[in-house]
Formats: sequence, C-alpha cells, structure tokens
Amino acid sequence: MTEATATDKDSALDRVAGYLDDRLGLAAGSRKYLRKAFPGHWSFLIGEIALFSLVILLVTGTFLALFYTPDTNLVVYDGPYVPLQGQMISAAYNSTLELSFEVRAGLLFRQIHHWAALLFVAAIVAHLLRIFFTGAFRRPREMNWVVGGVLLLLAFGAGFTGYSLPDDLLSGTGLRIGYSALLSVPFVGPLLGYLGLGGEYPGVGVLPRLHIMHVMLIPAGLLGLLGAHLFMVVRQKHTQKRTRLAREDNVVGEPLWPNQALTMTSLFAFTAAVLAFLGGVFEINPVWLYGQYEPFEVFAPSQPDWYMGWLEGLVRLWPAWEWTIFGITIPSVFLPSVVVPGIMFTIMFAWPWIDARWITKDHAEHHINQRPRDVPIRTAIGFGSLTFLLAIWVSGSNDVVAAATGTPLDTLTTVLRVVTVFAPILVAVISFRIATRLNEPLEPSPTTTTRAAESA
Amino acid sequence: MPDQSATDQASRDPDGPADEERREANATRLAALSFGIAILCALGLVVLYVVGGNTQAEGILLALSLGGVGVGLGIWVRVIVGADVIVEDRAPMPSRAEDRAELGREFDQTVDQVEGGGRRQFLLRLLAGAGASLGLALTVPFLSLGPIFDPASRRELFETSWSRGRRLVTLEGEEIRADTLAVDEIATVFPVGTDLPADSQAVLIRTRPGQLVLDTLALPDGTVNGLVCYSKICTHAGCPVGLYRAQDAELICPCHQSQFKVTRGAEVLSGPAGRPLPQLPIGIDDEGFLVALGDFSAPVGPSFWNVTSGSGDA
Repeated sequence: MTEATATDKDSALDRVAGYLDDRLGLAAGSRKYLRKAFPGHWSFLIGEIALFSLVILLVTGTFLALFYTPDTNLVVYDGPYVPLQGQMISAAYNSTLELSFEVRAGLLFRQIHHWAALLFVAAIVAHLLRIFFTGAFRRPREMNWVVGGVLLLLAFGAGFTGYSLPDDLLSGTGLRIGYSALLSVPFVGPLLGYLGLGGEYPGVGVLPRLHIMHVMLIPAGLLGLLGAHLFMVVRQKHTQKRTRLAREDNVVGEPLWPNQALTMTSLFAFTAAVLAFLGGVFEINPVWLYGQYEPFEVFAPSQPDWYMGWLEGLVRLWPAWEWTIFGITIPSVFLPSVVVPGIMFTIMFAWPWIDARWITKDHAEHHINQRPRDVPIRTAIGFGSLTFLLAIWVSGSNDVVAAATGTPLDTLTTVLRVVTVFAPILVAVISFRIATRLNEPLEPSPTTTTRAAESA
Repeated sequence: MPDQSATDQASRDPDGPADEERREANATRLAALSFGIAILCALGLVVLYVVGGNTQAEGILLALSLGGVGVGLGIWVRVIVGADVIVEDRAPMPSRAEDRAELGREFDQTVDQVEGGGRRQFLLRLLAGAGASLGLALTVPFLSLGPIFDPASRRELFETSWSRGRRLVTLEGEEIRADTLAVDEIATVFPVGTDLPADSQAVLIRTRPGQLVLDTLALPDGTVNGLVCYSKICTHAGCPVGLYRAQDAELICPCHQSQFKVTRGAEVLSGPAGRPLPQLPIGIDDEGFLVALGDFSAPVGPSFWNVTSGSGDA
C-alpha cells in the first residue's frame, strides 16, 4: 500500500488504520507481525493460560479492591450473616463479609479471584515443567527462564499477601508462620520482623502493608516482568517441536492473524468460563466460617493454598533441630523455611547454566525443543525433583492424611521423611532407565540414523 | 499437526467441494448457535443481577456465556478458517560481527570524550560514589517501617505484659481462684487489665494430682496445687498451642503438630519445635486469686538468634 488516500469505498476500519499509519507508520511492521508464526502444540498454550488467569485476576481484583478496607480497627458486625451478628470484628473482615453477602455479584467475583489465583500458579508451574523437560530454556533463552522464575515467586507473593487480607482466622495463621520464618534469620531476624510488621507480632496492623503489596507492588512487578517475558519471546521467536519442516533457522506454525488470534481468544474465553463456573458453584475460602482472626485462636486442620503446601510440608517434616552455638541460636524453623527453599530456588534459577555446563555440555543456540528422552540425566533430575516436591507437599497435610488413613501422626511423619529422602532417588533412577531405553531402537535397523525419522 | 503443509483450501477436502461446503455450513450453524447461547446467557446474567442475583446462577450463566464465545470462536478458527501453516525465517540471535565492532568503537569514542581521554577517571569514580551515597540515603528511610530506634522495642521480644502480682483472667475477664479449674481443665489466660496482648497469652492447666514432675519445670516454685501455666505461643512457628489431650497431659500445636508434655515442663515430645513452652510462675494472692510471680521463664514464641543469650538491654 502506498500513500493512504481515503476514498468512499474505505470501511471505517480502513479509515482508522489509515489515520494511525499516517501518524505512526505502522503498515510494514503490522504486515510482519500479523504473519508471525506460532508453532502449534497444545503444551505451548499453557503459558497463555497463566497470562489469561492474570488478566482475570486483575479484572476481578480491581472490583474487590473497590470494596475492601485494610483496617484492623474493630467494628460491630450487623450484616446478614447471623452467627457473627453483634460480634466485634475488624473493619477488614467486615468489608470482606459485606463483599461476600451484601454486594451484588461480590461473592462471585471474590470466588473467581481465588480460583484464578490457584489456576495462575498451577499454569505457571505446568508451563515451567514444559520448558524444563523440553530444554526450551537453553541458549538464547536463559534470561527468560530467570524472568519466568521471578514471576513464579511473585505469584507466590501475590497469593500469600492475598489470602492474608480478609483478616479471618486462617489468614492470620499463615501470616504468623511467615513472621516466624522472618524472625528466625540469624542476626537480622528481629530487625526484619520489626520492619515487616512495625513491631513485635502482631505489630501495628500489617494489613495496610500487605494490601499495598498485594494491589500495587506485586502486580506492578508481575506486569513489568511479564512485559519483559513477552518481549523476549517476540524478539527470540518461539521454540518449536522437531517436525519435518522445522529447522533451527525457521519457525513453522500458524499465523498470528487470523488463526492464532482467534485460537487465543477462544482459549481466553474457555479459561474465563471454567473460572466463572468454579467461582459460581464451588465455594472457596468461606471466611465467614473461620471467624475473626485472634492471635490466641487457631483451628485444625489448618491448610494453606495448594502452592504453599510444599513449604508447609518442609516445615512439618524437618526434625526439631535447634542449636545454640556460642550463644547464637539457629531456630528450628530457619533451615526448612529459609535455607532449603533458598537452595531450591537458587538451583532452579541457575538451571540453564548448570545444564549447559555439566549435563549437555552444549553452549550453542537452540530453537528446536528436545524430548525428555533426549537428555536422560536432566529428565531424571526433573522427575526426582518433582517426586521430592510431591512428597513434601503431601507432608504439608500430614495431619489430614494421618486422620484419613488412621495412621499415628508420628509414624506417618517418619514414613514421609524416608519417602522424601529416598523416593526421589528411586524415581530419578527409573526415569533415567526409561529415557535411555526409549532411545534404543526396538530392533537393530542400520538405516535409522537421524532423529527426524523417528515418530514425534 | 504442523507436519501437514496443508495451506490451500483444495488439498484438505479430498471428498470433493460438496462435502466441504456441507461441513462448513454445519460448522457455521454450530458457531451461530454458540454465539446465540452466549448472548442469551449474558443478557440473562444482566436480568438476574438486576432482580437480586444468586452466586451459583450467576457463575453458571457467566460460564455458559463465555463458553459459548469460546466454542463459537473455536469452531470458527478450526473448521471454517481451517489450518494454515506458514514458515518464517529465523536468524541467529547475535548481531553481525561488524555491527558489534562498530558499536563498540563508537561507544568507546564517546566514553573518551566524557572522560577526557582517561584523564577524568576520578570524576567517574566520584559520580559512582555520589550514586551509591544517594542510594543509601534514599534507602535508609525504609527503617521508619519499624520501631528500631526505640530502645524499649529491643526488649519487646524478651518481655511480656506479665509481672509479679498480676492476676490471671480468662478471655471473659474473670479472675481465677485455685479451685476454679477442675482436673484436666484448661483455660486461656491473660494479665488483668490489659487488652489481650498477643505475646502474653498463656494456658492454665489443672494436671492430675501428683503427676506434675516438679524438678523438670523451669520454675518448680511457680505452680499451685497441680495448676501449671505455660505460654500459649508455639516455640516453633508461633501458632497458638490450642489442643490439650488430657489423658496424656499433652499440649498439641495444630499447625505443625509439635507435642509438649505439660507435666514435664512442657518439654517437646515430638514435632518440629526446638524448645519447651516457657513457663509462667503462678501463686495465690491474699484474696485467693491466682497471680503471676513474674514474667515467663524464657522469651515466648518462635525462637530467634539471641533468644537464649540476649536480654534486649544491650
């Protein structure tokens, strides 16, 4: 298209596009990006589900923020929920109850928000596993792996600050444990605790701080890093599965317009539909049943949201090792809640470099993904780590499991400790064997030499 | 799926154009139906909202409406638009070597201009120093978040509101006599005249006669007739130790299942807690009410680095 001149035949869209192009010169770039290739495989859509969950979180969260008050001052509850009528509750809890019972569509939005938070973290984790097992983090995408890891941490932070806001009994319990972890850091723990809460627990009223983190700082971080994440995806273009057409110097897939755009919109609508159904029909976090948070009350079993279960499990499994050396105490909660997660995430962040240096010894640029069997050691470490995470995750509900199976809690904890240490090794060995065996041809056939000839 | 390089319309209807047309017509009808459902459910949602709302019905209508859009679009793109595979070129990520070299050369020249050919290095160092100092100056105000300059606050972790002679009261504010609790009974207590400070919560337990092993207690003189009082805050992660199993005289933390033996100085029987619950020494005043004889035997709550050696006075 040359110089745009409006004629009677131009549609409204043409005129808008013409207006914009006259001022911004977008035609060449648009042509290129509308035909951007998106390699097609269902697993490439998991990251998009995380993105859509975030959009839904922002929309529903904005609605909730208009009704929520981060205020711990006590008020008399006079709403429609009978069991709490006449009780002194915090203004924050009161506003959450109002939102749930009196604001039209309030409960729907609150429950969609909570379900979307669970899906958000789940989709990020699934996306991470896809990237890990297919080696999609290899050069040139190491930085994007790290950005993705920070996004996961921010998602944890958003979830933790979010479920602490209603000021119900369960939310306060999570906060209490978080404070203990902070306090346990040698030398600076008490200082960090004071700065975090404004004094000794429960501090000066931590809700306004959590609120600002939850509605401003963490979303700003999420959006900023998401921008960087997507920028790098566009700049580096997508990885692709090994197919007959795919090569290291091309991208084979559906064009952004119309195929991928319509597919994405459709997927967004499905994601939103599932969350709307869950939020409407399945009750989640019924804070009115838990009651107002009081520092001297707690109920059993107390369970965090699913994505915090692994950390809870580590804290529950860890033996009561509390050492005092030269007058300096290492609290028993310090190693499982600070040091071990720190090591786990350091390994995760460093993985692209560990992988290139010691496992594949391959520092070249790659755009075609691997299959898990292609790198048996990585796959073995991956499944071993997943087993470890699963074991500590189950341990986070050891009281529930003990009650359900009729096992004494101490016995169960011992069993879980053994499983946590040995099952990952066993699973890693089995995964390694399976991956190696899959690489062996079923029967010797001298003609099969290239990987491309194998079925995908 | 992208293995088939089926891009043109003709190659994907081997059964002839008539079949293809019928398929598309069916798909169009199905997509239209989906969008129709989406419209009806969305309007239904508006009506439901106006007449008063119902969370379950709202969720289902919203899900059906969004689902209708999703199905309609899915049919549209998968059946009517059909598969389309394009191949885009990809260049290696690094820039061309000459571009890199040129950028490096040009940048070095400008750096030379700024530094005066290396003679102004000290300026660069001072600027870095100014940046670092300014960064520090702008970070320090975050210390305002906690009372760390208040000398009293340093003792907060070591002290509670209990003191010698302070009566014990229940949550309802009732004072307690030596015979108020029956054997195996337990009460959450606070110092009288306070607004239930979190660090001062304690559990008062009446143990079975003769079961209290006095020499295992931190403060053997701080019990009254089988009554013993401990901090209610778990020494592990700070949850209230709320469950009492009377037949074993065990206090259990519901968060991480630490178990404390009440008759043996609240020593840790199992679970992740690292030290016993601190004991609150109790006695009886002239009027027969239970009083504290002092503060807890150790700092309450989760441990921290100088829990055994510090006093907060330093």
